[in-house]
Amino acid sequence: MTPAIDVRSVHKRYGDFEALRGVSLEIAQGEFFGLLGPNGAGKTSLIAIVAGLNRASTGSVRVMGHDVVADYRAARRALGVVPQELVFDPFFTVRETLRLTSGYYGLARNDPWIDEILHHLDLTSKADANMRALSGGMKRRVLVAQALVHRPPVIVLDEPTAGVDVELRQTLWAFVRRLNREGHTIVLTTHYLEEAQELCGRIAMLKQGRVVALERTADLLGRFGGGTVTLRLSRAPLPEGLRPLQAGEPLPDGRIALRLEDWQGLEPVLARLREAGCHVDEMELAHTDLEDVFLRVMAGGH
Amino acid sequence: MTGFRTLLRKEVLRFRKVAVQTVAAPVLTALLYLLVFSQALADHVQPFPGVPYVAFLVPGLVMMSVLQNAFANASSSLIQSKVTGNLVFVLLPPLSPLELFGAYVLAAVARGLMVGLGVFAVTAFFVPPAFAAPAWILVFAVLGSAILGTMGLIGGIWAEKFDQIAMFQNFLIMPATFLAGVFYSVHALPPFWQSVSHLNPFFYMVDGFRYGFFGHSDVPPTVSLAIVLATLALAAGVALRMLGTGWRIRH
Repeated sequence: MTPAIDVRSVHKRYGDFEALRGVSLEIAQGEFFGLLGPNGAGKTSLIAIVAGLNRASTGSVRVMGHDVVADYRAARRALGVVPQELVFDPFFTVRETLRLTSGYYGLARNDPWIDEILHHLDLTSKADANMRALSGGMKRRVLVAQALVHRPPVIVLDEPTAGVDVELRQTLWAFVRRLNREGHTIVLTTHYLEEAQELCGRIAMLKQGRVVALERTADLLGRFGGGTVTLRLSRAPLPEGLRPLQAGEPLPDGRIALRLEDWQGLEPVLARLREAGCHVDEMELAHTDLEDVFLRVMAGGH
Repeated sequence: MTGFRTLLRKEVLRFRKVAVQTVAAPVLTALLYLLVFSQALADHVQPFPGVPYVAFLVPGLVMMSVLQNAFANASSSLIQSKVTGNLVFVLLPPLSPLELFGAYVLAAVARGLMVGLGVFAVTAFFVPPAFAAPAWILVFAVLGSAILGTMGLIGGIWAEKFDQIAMFQNFLIMPATFLAGVFYSVHALPPFWQSVSHLNPFFYMVDGFRYGFFGHSDVPPTVSLAIVLATLALAAGVALRMLGTGWRIRH
């Protein structure tokens, strides 16, 4: 089957700065795919190239088999993008905005579908409000609606929940999950790693313009098995021998987190603490989550 | 075609929703020019034999308003969209460079003609209009506003901030329209300034437009038409090339 998005050796240079250094990845149809990375890793550059908002210096991108430069009309028709910035046109109401966007995609009569999107995004009561009068969260919903007016098979959401309240997040994810179940391919970038862990079947991590991890979410979490044990100690400091396990600096409340490759490692840690005369006041165990994986991948440890 | 039609409609809606500022204000400005200049100059200047100065002035003012507003429409729409970021709404859909070009320029023509018609209607109260060759009036109004709309598009793509557009407008468009023989016949100028005026493409737009009213002009209207068409072709070529490569808008 044709990949939903096929990125091949994409480089993007701005003068001397190289935002993307040979990115290749294939996203299959029907996937819920996460694109993660710190600020400046190249996520937004990559999405801009996929969306035709920017051009690769070298390399190629296809959306549903259509090259985004040579066959841009078909590629753009297949793609819906929710941009990261909260942009809007202050001249129009919500419904006018969605009708105009429909028209740009060649759809003259689209009101039944517009009504359905408005309903699912809880926007029906705002349909005739001017864009200026909407709150940030509502404007965000309109951006999502605009990305869906032409029923694109592939939907890209670039940090759609940045600065958005819990209610909208839940409305939004319920709707996006439904779209995914109905066969839409979803590509998501987010800073909320628990969101990505919960939603995405597969994840790519970008660092300084390169793909540093590309795996199923479950495999990625499994590869870094075990978890962290967070301790509050008294009477004696953490023994020297356990220092290498320490994950980052001590927490602000004085607790210390130790990374364990697997849970078999817990018993020896406790034994070392006992030998050193440490008293464990408090202990908390946590499975590896995407945030640990992310931090470790970004730190260069595979 | 639907995409192009929608963008054209959006661009027309955009200026119609603020018509007081985009149509009524320039009409008032033109009316003020008419009152002031006709008072000051009417007894001293007779540019064409048998044509009073005020009658001569009206087509010049109409064309100046057409040109300046066509430029303002395309340039302000683009720079606003760029600065606020909502240009992304027309960059994401499958609109071709030609569709973008056509929609922005035709909307600019529509605004230019609407303002021109407004100025003409208001000044008709003061001076009974003449229509020696009305087809030329329409041809030059449409082509002139298309050229300025295209220049507005180019300026809007080039500029990254509002003050850069203002610079483009104040240092290029305003002087070129003012010195195009809006307020005077270039025949009244010393020979050196006459030849300088002949290098200004705006001069041919105004001169050809005025021919449509009086059947009289500084250069033959066919010559003006050829120069105006060539200018439009050149500007359109530049604008289409910019849109095709995505210079400054897809970066």
